[in-house]
Amino acid sequence: MANVIGASLKRKEDPRLLTGNGRFSDDIQLPGMLHAVILRSPHAHAKIKKIHAEEALKSQGVVAVYTGKDLEGKIGPVPSSWLVPDANLKEAPQYPLAIDYVRYVGDGVALIIAEDRYVARDALDLIEVEYEVLPAVVHQKEAMQEGVPLVHGDIENNIALHWKAGEVADEIINDAEVVVRESFYVQRVFPSPLETRAAIGQYDAGSGELTLWCTSQNPHIHRMVLSDVLGISEAKLRVIAPDMGGGFGGKIGVYPDEALVGYAARDLKRPVKWIEQRSEHFTASNAGRDEIIDVELAGKRDGTLLAIRVKNTANLGAYLSTMGPGVATIDFGLMITGAYDIPHASCETFGVYTNTTPTDAYRGAGKPEATYQIERIIDLYAREIGMDPIELRRKNFVRKEAFPYTNAQGLLYDSGDYEKPLEKALETLNYEELRQKQRELSKQGKLIGIGFSTYVELCGFGPSEVAGAIGFQGGVWENSTVRVHPSGKVTVYCGTSPHGQGHATTFGQVVAEKLGIPMDDIELVFSDTKSISMGWGTYGSRSTAVGGAAVSIAADRVVEKAKKIAAHELEASEEDIVFENGKFQVKGVPGQQRTFQEIAKSANMAWNLPEGMEPSLEAQSFFKPENFVYPFGTHAAVVEIDKDTGEIELKRYVCVDDVGRVINPLTAEGQVHGGIAQGVGQALWEGAVYSKDGQLLSGTLMDYALPKARFFPRIESAFTETPSPVNPLGAKGVGETGTTASIAAVMNAVMDALKPYNVKDIEMPLTSEKVWRAIQDGEGN
Amino acid sequence: MIPVKFDYIHAESVEQAIRLQQESNGEGKLIAGGHSLLPLMKFRLTEPGVLIDISRISQLKEVRKEGDRIVVGALTTHHAASNDPVIKEHIPLLADTVRQIGDLQVRNRGTIGGNIAHADPAADLPAAAFALDAQVIIQGEDGEETMPVDQFIVGPLITMMPENSIVTAVSFAIPPRHTRSVYLKYFHPASGYPVVGVAAIAGVDESGVIDFVRIGITGVGDIAYRAESVEQTLLGQTPSEAMIQEASRLAAEEGEMGNDFFTSSEYREHLCKVYTERALRSILLAN
Repeated sequence: MANVIGASLKRKEDPRLLTGNGRFSDDIQLPGMLHAVILRSPHAHAKIKKIHAEEALKSQGVVAVYTGKDLEGKIGPVPSSWLVPDANLKEAPQYPLAIDYVRYVGDGVALIIAEDRYVARDALDLIEVEYEVLPAVVHQKEAMQEGVPLVHGDIENNIALHWKAGEVADEIINDAEVVVRESFYVQRVFPSPLETRAAIGQYDAGSGELTLWCTSQNPHIHRMVLSDVLGISEAKLRVIAPDMGGGFGGKIGVYPDEALVGYAARDLKRPVKWIEQRSEHFTASNAGRDEIIDVELAGKRDGTLLAIRVKNTANLGAYLSTMGPGVATIDFGLMITGAYDIPHASCETFGVYTNTTPTDAYRGAGKPEATYQIERIIDLYAREIGMDPIELRRKNFVRKEAFPYTNAQGLLYDSGDYEKPLEKALETLNYEELRQKQRELSKQGKLIGIGFSTYVELCGFGPSEVAGAIGFQGGVWENSTVRVHPSGKVTVYCGTSPHGQGHATTFGQVVAEKLGIPMDDIELVFSDTKSISMGWGTYGSRSTAVGGAAVSIAADRVVEKAKKIAAHELEASEEDIVFENGKFQVKGVPGQQRTFQEIAKSANMAWNLPEGMEPSLEAQSFFKPENFVYPFGTHAAVVEIDKDTGEIELKRYVCVDDVGRVINPLTAEGQVHGGIAQGVGQALWEGAVYSKDGQLLSGTLMDYALPKARFFPRIESAFTETPSPVNPLGAKGVGETGTTASIAAVMNAVMDALKPYNVKDIEMPLTSEKVWRAIQDGEGN
Repeated sequence: MIPVKFDYIHAESVEQAIRLQQESNGEGKLIAGGHSLLPLMKFRLTEPGVLIDISRISQLKEVRKEGDRIVVGALTTHHAASNDPVIKEHIPLLADTVRQIGDLQVRNRGTIGGNIAHADPAADLPAAAFALDAQVIIQGEDGEETMPVDQFIVGPLITMMPENSIVTAVSFAIPPRHTRSVYLKYFHPASGYPVVGVAAIAGVDESGVIDFVRIGITGVGDIAYRAESVEQTLLGQTPSEAMIQEASRLAAEEGEMGNDFFTSSEYREHLCKVYTERALRSILLAN
């Protein structure tokens, strides 16, 4: 099959999932299976004085109750996997169940195991915990002050990490013609996948093997971390991620809950299932963002940008999550210059413990925040010097000729042509005319705003040496095996772990194109540590750029070997064999050919192989990229604000993304749409609200507003293609572009609409009341 | 999200529904569409010992005209109400209101009687019920009684519903032929409930003055209300932009504005005025 790469094929996964034939965690039923529920702390900070579990244990059908004390010494703390170096990182141990203190609402206190989930849930109400409630701290800047409660008694000022990168001399800022300063809050939001988290453990007492099905974006990382926590050999721990209803970063983390389920299954020698409840999910699953970002952008009055100085104060919650420490530091701090050639940059980050649910990577992880601050501040700079925001962007873009380009923080941008998507977006918008219309409508008293975000993001995690240098406890290369069966049908094993991205389709397309076989002849296997030797999972828009590349290389290797066999059978030299449309053909001799299927049979039968060649047709690739990939593009939003109420209507959304070579435009566009929904959600509707004592007020979907389809206009999406040189597919990453770009695009549009009222910033989410108040205040001035 | 254990039983008639309640010793709770009750049970905010399902009682699904009122059977779903020809002809405000409740699934399950009996302060329906002088018809142990909606709903989730009784229907007054009506709401972005919902009916007589006006407002506080100050200001006046603006300033007069982290009481008051103004403009000034 030629030209499969680049074709808009429908997702191979969908018929199965849409007809109810998916197999999600909750679909798994095992003989003799027990059910677990976790009693969670109702207090943000308290000392556990005593736990009375007797009543619960007496209840018919309750099999066991475990507390933190019961598990002490039997099961280790769950560590963070991103130990950012040179940051004075202080990791407080997170035990699977709290031992003496609870540190956030949702902290696990007891594990109840019962014959069915109803008994288990009822038993939850029978456990009495005596707490001594302690003062809590919720806000990260408050948490750093003297005299506030300490989340962990031995960690001063609640500072988990203090990290710096780059240096901007004071003179550069002090002597600059223009300095624009602003403080932005990228508020805490919830990834909110449709499916909550889950885990099912099954222990085989004979073999000593523990199988754990769990909602994981990275089963091999789960295996690596949990084998340590549970004290079980990696060879005896099998982690499987079944079908998953999304992750968005919230299922990267190795949580205490999975460890508890694994422990109980082994301890009781019966399968144990735990399904997180939706209300539980709000406090027990990691949140995203929660960063206060202070920015100074300095330059000349002609629009030449000289320096950016940033301070990020990040709320890490009560414990360090799996990737938490890396988000506001590495992911954010090295990308603060965005798509612009700004010679001087520095970032200082404080990661702070508070009595809240831990934060971790959420779609974009650090890059949406980095994009947000630079794209917002550049608009304010343009306003300050009276320049069109597009013109200022153009003036400072990293030039096409400059790639590969090293930014001020030392990252090497692989490839780019920032003007191209901008041009295309402006054309789609009909920008000049739109501005004209905006002026006309403003005379009629209408508030129209146009906002842009010309983003670049770091994706495709990544080069192993760099991972090591930045303290990431993983190799982040990728692995694939392409196994050709005697019939010529193919099974492909991949180390990435899709949960909605559609890899069975896109990776299948790569294999179909490489091997010249139909899509239907290809089966892809993911997410099982027993059948896939190693892999680092799916997050950070890495799957196609790293995992897809491994698939591509392994497929090439299969062709290479097959070609040798074909040459041998056709008695031709290997150089004379051309492989096209699934056929090995002797150059210039029509009819002298072998099909891929014929060679598959030959290789597997091994009746007549070239001298010294081993049987079978199978190849593996371990692909370690030399660099990250840097997708970029332009997103533009057009909004209208209701002057009387402050309500915002998103009138148009135009995006042109350059994600390198696009494997499947249809699924790529789907990814962009979803990403935009989550970014716009952050800008306009979503936001965690805590009371002063650490209670989550926005803890149900009645209060926490997820974006709905009817809130959106048709998204006008397009791509430009600037291949990446760092992988054989030329692919970058597409899963996070929409989120990374759209928050700033929408905010800039609203700020543009509110320009008559001299509004510079409104804290997200932009509820109509906040906008209405900004208009009132502006009118008062 | 698992409720405590409960029994479940079907009632085949109104009489049986009452008897089953008597037999449950205060543990029984009627269920129709269940879209308000089940979430409360899953949160364990309510723990009925027995659910008495009344959804099969077919005579409670009828809609009929009785004199100057339309009687809507308690089990009429929001979806059915929004499409019912009698409702659309005589009390289009009700159709307009229930059409904006929740989503399709909710409208397919949720019922007029269940909605009123639940008395959720954030519900849409009370706005129309107040504007249409609704009466709640209740069958109890001692026979039938009728209660005006403003006497029936006395607080958030609190009604004057007697023990062991069932709402069989809600009747609505047919407004004069020459009036027009509209329901306008500000949707809460999370729940879809109205942060403010304004149901308005108004008409002008041959001489061009407003001779009929009813405004019901819901969502803003613990209980829906009639905006009588607005009504009084408008009665006998000639509709004009200035008149509407002046009257709408009083839209929050009879209400008590609540507040939460999403909207302050000051903003709710403001929304009351703006949405009342818009509702009145659309029925009194638009062609």
